[in-house]
Amino acid sequence: MTDAVAVLGAGMHPWGKWGRPFVEYGLAAARAALADAGVAWPEIQFVAGAATIRNGYPGFVAGAAFAQALGWSGARVCSAYAACASGAQAIDAARAQILAGRCDVALVVGADAAPKGFFRPVGGDRPDDPDWLRFRLLGASNPVYFALYARRRMAVHGATLDDFAAVKVKNARHGRANPNARYRKEVTAEEVADSPVVADPLRLLDICATSDGGAALVLSSMEFARSRGVRSPVRITGLSTVTPAFPKTVLDLPDFATDSALAAAPPERPFRSSIAHAAYAEAGIGPEDLSLAEVYDLSTALELDWYEDIGLCEPGGAEDLLRSGATALGGRVPVNPSGGLACFGEAVPAQAIAQVCELTWQLRGRAEGRQVPDARVGLAVNQGLFGHGSAVVAVR
Amino acid sequence: MSTTKQRRPAVEGWFAVRDGAVRLLGTRCTVCGTPYFPRNDLACRNPRCAAPKDGSELEEHALSPRGRIWSYTDARYRPPPPYVAADPFRPFAIAAVELEAERMVVLGQVVPDVTADDLAVGMEVELTEGVLYEDEEAQYTVWMWRPGARAEEDA
Repeated sequence: MTDAVAVLGAGMHPWGKWGRPFVEYGLAAARAALADAGVAWPEIQFVAGAATIRNGYPGFVAGAAFAQALGWSGARVCSAYAACASGAQAIDAARAQILAGRCDVALVVGADAAPKGFFRPVGGDRPDDPDWLRFRLLGASNPVYFALYARRRMAVHGATLDDFAAVKVKNARHGRANPNARYRKEVTAEEVADSPVVADPLRLLDICATSDGGAALVLSSMEFARSRGVRSPVRITGLSTVTPAFPKTVLDLPDFATDSALAAAPPERPFRSSIAHAAYAEAGIGPEDLSLAEVYDLSTALELDWYEDIGLCEPGGAEDLLRSGATALGGRVPVNPSGGLACFGEAVPAQAIAQVCELTWQLRGRAEGRQVPDARVGLAVNQGLFGHGSAVVAVR
Repeated sequence: MSTTKQRRPAVEGWFAVRDGAVRLLGTRCTVCGTPYFPRNDLACRNPRCAAPKDGSELEEHALSPRGRIWSYTDARYRPPPPYVAADPFRPFAIAAVELEAERMVVLGQVVPDVTADDLAVGMEVELTEGVLYEDEEAQYTVWMWRPGARAEEDA
C-alpha cells in the first residue's frame, strides 16, 4: 500500500490544568513518541508543529518552538494552523513530505496551555475579526453554538437530556483507565442533571473543558519502518482536511449566519459528514469497516450528531444507536474509547494528534483498560472554527 | 435607567430602521441572487455564479425582518470580553432564525424580557432593536429577535 505512512511512535503529556508553558507539554510528548518509535531526534528530517492563536507568539510558530526545545538539528519545519484540526493538518504536512519521497521520518507535535473558563478571541479591538465580533455583538461563547445544535437535535430527532447524559456517563466510564485523561472517574446521569446549565439545554457536564496537554507522533515511510524491523506498523491510509462546499447551511463557529441556499442547492453531504467521507474514500473503506471511532465531543449532544455524520447510522438514528450500547466499549463500534473530550477537555492544537495516538494504541492492542477487542480500523474526526475539520483513518 | 442618553448602534451599517421596521443590512449578488449577512462587498462567494466576482455584482440588501426559530439557547454565565456585560450580569437568550425568503439562518440576541423557556423551534419571530450595553454617554444598540410577527406587516 504505497499511499500509507507508518505510525512508528505515539506519545502524550497527560491532560490537565497547570498553566505551564505549552512547549513543556509538547517536548514531553515528543520525547515519548521518539522513545516509542526507537528513533533519535537528530534522525528526524521534518518536524510539523500544530499551531494555536491563543498561547502567544511561539504558538504561531509551533514547529520551530518544538524544534528549538528539542535542540536545533537542521530538520525542515512547518507550522499548521487549522483551529481544532491543526493537529491533523500538521500530520498531513508530514505525510505529504513522506509520500512525496522528500523525507523518510517526521515528527508531529501539538501542545496547548488553555486559559480558564470560556475560550475568548485574541485581545485588542478587532472589529474586522468575526471571532471578536460574535463575542462583542452576540455574547456568543462556544457553548452557545453547541447548545444551538443540541436544541435543534432535540426538536428534530427527539433527543432527550437523558440521552446527552448517557453520552457523558459512557465516555467517563471509558476514560477511567486512560492514564493521559484529565478526568478519570465515573459520572452518573444524576450528576450531569445536577450540574448548572451553561447554555440551555446543556449542563456544565455536557460541555468539554479547556485543558493543557501535549501529543506527538513519529511518522515514517513504510520502507523506513521495515528498516527498523517494524513489519506491521499502524498505518494512516486516509486523511481529509476538506473545506465546506457552498452553500454551507449549518451554522458554524464563529459565524453570524449560514450561507444562503437561494441560488445553489445545499451539498449532498453536510460539512461534518463530508470530512469523514473524504477520508473513507481515500482509505478505500466505509463506516461498516470501523472497529472504533474517536469523535470530537465538544458537547455530549454533538457526539450524537457525529454518529450520523460518520455513517454509523442514518440521520435521526443516533439516539437508538447510543441506547443499544453499540457505541460503548463491548459494543459493535465503540466511540471515544479514550474517554473523548469529556475526559480530556480540549487542548486545541494537540487534540487531533491525541486522537491518532489513541487509534495507534487501540490498533496495537495496547490500550490497557479500554481496549477494543481485535481493533483493525479506526477513525478520528474533528471540526473547528473557520471552516476547518479533519478525519484520519488508521489501520493495522 | 436614563432615558436622555443618546442611542447609537453598537456596530455601523449592520442594521437600520427602514419604513418603520428594523432590518438587517447585507448585500446581494445581482447575478445569482445570493444574499449575504454580514455584508459581503468583496465578491460573490457562489463558486458556480458567473458574476465578474469583483464586487460590482454586489448591491445592498435589507434582509427579511421575520423568520422562524431554527434553534435557540441562552447564556447563563457572563461571556468573556469583548462582550460588555451589565453588572450584575443578566442571562440572555439567543436565537438562530431561518429566513424563508433568503434561505439562510441568522443569529441574534433575543429581547431581554424573553427567556429560553418562552421559545420553541419553529416559532415566528421578528426583528427589533435593543440595548446591548451602555456607558455614561450613550446606549449602544444591536438587532434582536422577539416572538411574534404582526399580522398587518405580512405581505
